[in-house]
Amino acid sequence: MFRNQYDTDVTTWSPAGRLFQVEYAMEAVKQGAAAVGLRSTSHVVLATVNTAASDLSSHQRKVFKIDDHIGVAIAGLTADGRVLSRYLRNECINHAFVYESPLPVSRLVVRLADKAQVCTQRSWKRPFGVGLLVAGLDETGAHLYYNCPSGSYFEYQAFAIGSRSQAAKTFLERRFESFNTYSRDELIKDAIFAIKETLQGDKLTSSICTVAIVGQDEAFHMIDQKVIQEIINSMEIKEDAPADQAPLQEDKGSEEAPMDI
Amino acid sequence: MALRGDWVYENNGGTCVAIAGSDYCVIAADTRLSVGYSIYTRDYSKICKLADKCVLATSGFQGDMKALQKNLAARHLIYQHQHNKQMGCPVMAQHLSNTLYYKRFFPYYTFNILGGLDSDGKGCVFTYDAVGSYERVGYSAQGTGAGLIIPVLDNQLKSPSPLLLPAKDAVTPLSEVEAVDLLKDVFASATERDIYTGDKVEIVVINASGIRQELMELRKD
Repeated sequence: MFRNQYDTDVTTWSPAGRLFQVEYAMEAVKQGAAAVGLRSTSHVVLATVNTAASDLSSHQRKVFKIDDHIGVAIAGLTADGRVLSRYLRNECINHAFVYESPLPVSRLVVRLADKAQVCTQRSWKRPFGVGLLVAGLDETGAHLYYNCPSGSYFEYQAFAIGSRSQAAKTFLERRFESFNTYSRDELIKDAIFAIKETLQGDKLTSSICTVAIVGQDEAFHMIDQKVIQEIINSMEIKEDAPADQAPLQEDKGSEEAPMDI
Repeated sequence: MALRGDWVYENNGGTCVAIAGSDYCVIAADTRLSVGYSIYTRDYSKICKLADKCVLATSGFQGDMKALQKNLAARHLIYQHQHNKQMGCPVMAQHLSNTLYYKRFFPYYTFNILGGLDSDGKGCVFTYDAVGSYERVGYSAQGTGAGLIIPVLDNQLKSPSPLLLPAKDAVTPLSEVEAVDLLKDVFASATERDIYTGDKVEIVVINASGIRQELMELRKD
């Protein structure tokens, strides 16, 4: 296609009015491991799949506390994510220093988006290769935003980014209308379930999954691995013993006809 | 009552004292804020909790005290983000010294005492001058009433010289309750003769179970 002619630097438009370098940066987000965010009226939950570079290494950190009332989950180039997290932390600290109050989430995401936009309009820079799910609480309530490398941002009730996130999005699309009424625990459970959807068959254990929550009376923090494992176990029990149809056949995993036709 | 046209400081008076024990630290400061021969308020805290086991008491110019406290609190947040833990007391002590010396040529007009527990759980007290010179001691007093209090503490707590070898423990063998009683006594005495000290004394005790605060009334004249 003509894509290759106009994608050398970020300051070149294509005839169709696209900036390919920015779109390539968004591809980098799609390659990263999945991250999901869900919001109710009083809480916001973030959950991520932690990949490890190899069996010998530790898992990648993808969730960062920005302030007591804000946290982010990233997908894509984690180095870019770390740098942006440091920037966001500084912004929160500076705002609190001057105004003695927490930085509203909407203000923070605008600053982040502006920072991303700069990199789409300088020939000596490249766009950030990371998408951020920003979860926070402020005077106006609970918020979940998605900031992408292009510099645009949207607010969501629930969202998923990263590889195989479409499976999680489908799951969330079915359920999101009732999220506002969810309790804290229901929200966490659905977040873990959404993460499970992205694994598509791989076993979900608490060691490859990080869950974090922020609420009105709850500062942003990661949820303990033991608690996550308990929730996963209770989810699996529910799945293995649904009241009605043919669980036995699924367990055997083959095409055998039932004994009593 | 400025001394020169461009004098930007003000001494708001007040006294701070701290005593280090074997497993606790007590820090106390009066709550009177004055200027000249007037009282601005009888109810002003000079004590700031910087970290879980680290408390700062400041006398001098309260405008600089507030700015210094905010600065330290913000830097502590950054430290927590980077190191995933709170600043320990000796770490905060060095950091406070650096922060003060940073403004060597336009100082914070503050006389600080930092108190808390070190990594072994022993009480520690660090005492500062306005530009960051500091020393770990077994007890200290700063402020307008310090001159009245230090001789009494010297008599009661008799710290061994820091120059001795092998190094002797500077912390007092007194129990926590005895140290708090001593503090109450010295503040009551300083209140008698120092016009800037009085109203109430805020006493903060740090030990293994956390931080406790109490208030004691002082003479209001």
